[in-house]
Amino acid sequence: MVAAGFAPEGDVTAEIIRLADVSKIYGSGDATVHAVDHVSLSVKEGDFLAVMGPSGSGKSTLMHILGCLDIPTSGEYLFAGEDVSRMDERELASIRNRRIGFVFQQFHLLSSMSAWRNVELPLLYRAAKDRRQMAMNALAQVGLTDRITHRPNELSGGQQQRVAIARALVTDPTMILADEPTGNLDSKASREVLDILTGLNKSGHTIVLITHDPNVAGVAERVVEMADGRLRDRVAA
Amino acid sequence: MNLLRTFDTGMRGLLGHRLRSILTTLGILFGVAAVICTVGIGTASADSVNSRIAALGTNLLTVSPGSTTSFGVRGGSGSANTLTMEDVAGLADKQDAPDVAAVAPVVSGTATLVSTSTNWSTTVNGSSPGWLVTNARSLAAGVFFTQQQVNQHAQVVVLGTTTAQDLGVTVGSQVTISGAPFDVVGILTATGSTGFTNNDDLAVVPITTAQDQITGGSPDSVQRILLSATSSATIGSAYLEADQLLLQTHHITNTATADFNITSASTLASTAASVTTTLTILLASVAAISLLVGGIGVMNIMLVSVTERTQEIGLRKALGATPRDLLRQFLIEAATLSFIGGVLGVGAGLLAGFLVPRLAGIAVTITATPVIISVCVAAGVGLIFGVYPAARAARLAPIAALRAE
Repeated sequence: MVAAGFAPEGDVTAEIIRLADVSKIYGSGDATVHAVDHVSLSVKEGDFLAVMGPSGSGKSTLMHILGCLDIPTSGEYLFAGEDVSRMDERELASIRNRRIGFVFQQFHLLSSMSAWRNVELPLLYRAAKDRRQMAMNALAQVGLTDRITHRPNELSGGQQQRVAIARALVTDPTMILADEPTGNLDSKASREVLDILTGLNKSGHTIVLITHDPNVAGVAERVVEMADGRLRDRVAA
Repeated sequence: MNLLRTFDTGMRGLLGHRLRSILTTLGILFGVAAVICTVGIGTASADSVNSRIAALGTNLLTVSPGSTTSFGVRGGSGSANTLTMEDVAGLADKQDAPDVAAVAPVVSGTATLVSTSTNWSTTVNGSSPGWLVTNARSLAAGVFFTQQQVNQHAQVVVLGTTTAQDLGVTVGSQVTISGAPFDVVGILTATGSTGFTNNDDLAVVPITTAQDQITGGSPDSVQRILLSATSSATIGSAYLEADQLLLQTHHITNTATADFNITSASTLASTAASVTTTLTILLASVAAISLLVGGIGVMNIMLVSVTERTQEIGLRKALGATPRDLLRQFLIEAATLSFIGGVLGVGAGLLAGFLVPRLAGIAVTITATPVIISVCVAAGVGLIFGVYPAARAARLAPIAALRAE
């Protein structure tokens, strides 16, 4: 077992993610799958971490746990000091809403709504005034001020992913979790999206990027590799 | 998420899926409107059948002559000439027949009535003042002729409204019947038609005058005797009293050889009541089926749309929506569609209830029960199938819902 990138003891205030010996097991008996196998990980505020690995390596399962979309079978997960591994569904929903901005490979925009309505969505599940203004600001950050009333089908793939990034930003989350954000984009749009993520990291946002692509992972400050449910550090080239 | 914002979200969900919203609303609309309209037509038909039967006078018993047998050939029922004025007097006897309220002998024939302006051929009944009571009729104008006028063979006539209108006469006018002048003393209140008989096209004159001048025949024999029981409850005993009395006066011991028949309108009424019940069941079934079809349509649209929206549910969950938030959103969406569909359905049903009688000439009676039941069922189906699949999807793990195709 490798305790990858563990933060020095005593520096807990800046620690956003602390996975300690976390496992996720599916199935039982002979069909048991250790999708995540005794993984420990620490991510500090302002980090830009890439989790790299081929499909089937367990990086998606790890991403679900990191994103509070799923809870681990064993081990401890502290998110910004809160013990997520024992939360119920309602508390997890609240953590996702307040703390995490998601960017998905398939964008997952609602086709019936305009760009700013899509960006506004997470604000509907919390107490927020000036939702429209907040959505506008987030869209401005990704350079889409001129596309606010466009529907997703009126936007290019790159623009759609930028709307999705704005939606992740609008709640001012503790961490942005991007799952293969360039997986459905051509190289030019991929570059734009990665530039935006790099820029956000430069301005202080903590970003965790999940990808199978070493070139994409290359934009991160730190890269960890996942294989067979286990994690190890990789020294950036 | 507060209720106002959930409502706002629900509304935007509806507007975002216009076609689905319209289809669901239409399903509920037609289900409700069809039920209101079919049940309305059924109710109106039943009412109409019942009122026509009531117009016949359900207390009425009719005595008609039996069949004749001459040289081995049996004539049809009514061909005999066996009823007499003596029978009439016997039936009018309060001691022998206490449950008989009124008696009226009838002879009838067809004659041409001539007024100053036109002429009109119709049924002319010769009877006594009891005719009015036994037939449950009333006068719109003037008076009925009296027993004294019957005894005096008076040249007076009471006309049905149709007959009076066609002849262009009123109370006080004169008409000529079979060449003899008659004074119009009364006009009957309209009752409408019973089956093939128009009860408003007839003339009634004293039976004595009719026998003299219109139908001919012996002044002692009558074609029918009308009896009315004191109430619909005593119609059975009135029947028995009349039967006994006539068997005695006709010296008949074997009832199988009776030379008269007594029929009652209540026999007809009970037949008609069972017809009406069948009719109502038939229409209620049609209504139930249309509601079922509408409900299945709504169910399908709701199921498909929620399946389609599983990804949306997953996304909303990832963004922080709790199952409760999602349930409320879908509840509001489904409730709004059901409410709008229900209200429009009632509107369409009422509109049809207004238009159908005017355009198709079919009576429609709108009652509250089908309106309430159809709205409840249609809206209930919309709610259940709008909310139940959504509630199921809301319980999925957000990732599973997001990955749903």
